Amino acid sequence: MSAQPAIRFDKVQKSYDGEVLVVKDLNLDIAKGEFLTMLGPSGSGKTTCLMMLAGFETATNGDIFLNDRRINDVAPSKRGIGMVFQNYALFPHMTVAENLAFPLEVRKMSKSETESRIKRALDMVELSGFASRRPLQLSGGQQQRVAVARALVLDHEVVLMDEPLGALDKQLREQMQYEIKHIHENLGITAVYVTHDQAEALTMSDRIAVFDDGVIQQLSSPEDLYERPENSFVAQFIGENNKLVGTVKAESNGVSDVEVPGAGTVRAKTVNTQGIGGDTLLSIRPERVHINPESGALENTMTGKVEELIYLGDHIRTRMSVAGNDEFIVKVPNTQRQSMLKVGESATIGFQTEACRALDV
Amino acid sequence: MSDATAPNQPLMTSDGRLLKDALQQSLRRSKLKALGLISIPFLFLVIVFAMPVFNLLVKSVDDNLINEVLPRTFAIYEDWDGTELPGEAHYEAMFLDLTGAEGIQIGKASTRMNYDKSKWKSLIKKSARKFKNIESGPYKEVMIKTDKKWGDITFWQSLGSMKDPYTFGYYLNAVDLRYNHDKSVTAQPENRRIYKMLWGRTLLVSLIVTVLCLILAYPVSHLLATLPLRYSNLLMICVLMPFWTSLLVRIVAWMIMLQQNGVVNDALVHNGLLDDENRLAMMYNFTGTIIVMTQILLPFMILPIYSVMRTISPNYMKAAQNLGASPALAFLKVYMPLTVPGVGAGVILVFIVAIGYYITPELVGGKDGQLIGNQIAYHLKSSLNWGLASAMGVMLLAGILILYWCYDKIVGIDNMRMG
Repeated sequence: MSAQPAIRFDKVQKSYDGEVLVVKDLNLDIAKGEFLTMLGPSGSGKTTCLMMLAGFETATNGDIFLNDRRINDVAPSKRGIGMVFQNYALFPHMTVAENLAFPLEVRKMSKSETESRIKRALDMVELSGFASRRPLQLSGGQQQRVAVARALVLDHEVVLMDEPLGALDKQLREQMQYEIKHIHENLGITAVYVTHDQAEALTMSDRIAVFDDGVIQQLSSPEDLYERPENSFVAQFIGENNKLVGTVKAESNGVSDVEVPGAGTVRAKTVNTQGIGGDTLLSIRPERVHINPESGALENTMTGKVEELIYLGDHIRTRMSVAGNDEFIVKVPNTQRQSMLKVGESATIGFQTEACRALDV
Repeated sequence: MSDATAPNQPLMTSDGRLLKDALQQSLRRSKLKALGLISIPFLFLVIVFAMPVFNLLVKSVDDNLINEVLPRTFAIYEDWDGTELPGEAHYEAMFLDLTGAEGIQIGKASTRMNYDKSKWKSLIKKSARKFKNIESGPYKEVMIKTDKKWGDITFWQSLGSMKDPYTFGYYLNAVDLRYNHDKSVTAQPENRRIYKMLWGRTLLVSLIVTVLCLILAYPVSHLLATLPLRYSNLLMICVLMPFWTSLLVRIVAWMIMLQQNGVVNDALVHNGLLDDENRLAMMYNFTGTIIVMTQILLPFMILPIYSVMRTISPNYMKAAQNLGASPALAFLKVYMPLTVPGVGAGVILVFIVAIGYYITPELVGGKDGQLIGNQIAYHLKSSLNWGLASAMGVMLLAGILILYWCYDKIVGIDNMRMG
């Protein structure tokens, strides 16, 4: 990451009605060439942040910088930021070529320059033969690519994307994720991507900012976000997650001893607790839980009752009742040496201290 | 695989019939049902629309009435060279025709004859009464004695243009032309020329009203389409409320507003903007027709434009601005072209309704606010010249169809969205 960020949000706040802050004190640096995703449930403030960056919403408070230039008062048309809109916003009364030419004509670029840029942009998204089609004559994936090409036709260094893949079916969406990722890598642009789809965010991003309630809950790489969530919201929002509630009894060297009713003492990694005596929520990923471990191999063991088995091919999704929580999920790999469990049986489960994170309730 | 699905074997139903026939039979039943459902609206359309329009077409060229009343006269009319009074044979034929026909028919025919040459009606009325006392000829002498107009050659000459069972005379009349007795076309005498001016005025009023409606409706529709639901509902009610109010009530309200001592004039005088003796004449003239028609037709413009604007995502404007266009340019290049289907529908709708408008000009138009629709009504109700009324109706219809065709060529009818 270079020293000078491409985009900087400095103490930015946004309120629509003067009563509720939809964005509360946002501080965020986005490095040049980075792919940053704003991820969060709807109403979490992520789209508002993107719109403030694009210039369609004004920040109630604080400053937004683009390459160290304060852009709060710059009109959207003068910001020099590319954008891919939700549902693409391709102009339906213009052909693909006219759509791409629009920003060039507005800037009074020469005809030859316009044509070469359109050709280059269409080549980039592999739609060379479609210049004279209308957007509605294209499939969803093709429209998506045209929208990307239009956002990039001016060689902007920063491109914003507002849930660009939301309207595509699952297979196409996955394919487009890789394509956008590759375009980003090839051009070295800075991308700010908004989505509520966590798989999309994990696949594409260098860093992910998880939004909730107008605040960035965690800003880190996809791996950190999944492996080391810092609070219970992130743990539950990203991936699947088993919850056990208990009270901290002792704490040393970053490990808490947590008393869980019905399961005894569990040793967990201290992340975000309120100290000894406080309640905590233990978060364990389903794939980190082992069934019938060899005794002594894992720090934490407890018994659970099998409630439901769902066969999913590569693994068997096992729903168990553990310490009063009957939504405790264990992913049992489908290997032959695993003895088959049966519904109603009791089984021992175990997990390591590292796999169990003590978070806020 | 069973034998039934082998390629050469026809598919059969379980009770041994050909599947193809069985399918067709069951489909036929549902087709008949569908036909039955549309037959009532179809019949309705034929009875209340297609037949009257056809009737109108026939009426506008039909001129058979005189032939029915004067068959003997017209049978030998061609024998006359038209330079001096016809001979005894023609007078005899005329006498027999007039005494032989039914009184009602003669009355109708004489009215029709009067359109071509005035005084025919009074001549025939008088003659029909007096001819009853005449028993024998020579008819020429007796008839001229009864009324000396029978000795006027121009009456005999005017019969020439009435001889054909069909005529385009009504169409000529509708544009201030007429047939001479020798079937050549000339302009109406100066004091009878009004229709060309009326057509012109009708077109002008329709154009002005359409343009005014467009100017007024566009921003209102935009507000309707973009305001939060709470406010847009209220605004929509404001748009629709006049639409739901009786036309007469609205016109009377305008009368109260616009008359010499009306609200508008009073307010202007009261505020010193106008001298008391210079009160504006906004009623019973061209201005009054324009103002009231614009207000009445405004919803026809707002609704189609609104329905199109509502479907335009605000993202288009954002995208255009993001791509470097100023808000004004984005509006011109992106938003306006997208509203064309609604604007087209609104313009066509308002123009078509305006061009045939009748009640408003009748009530607030005064003398120089009358339109062609008022003349049609006059000929239908008062002068009973249905042929002329029909011809003008057909011309209006043709004008609208031409307009529609032009629109289709320029914008495309598929592009039109009524709502």
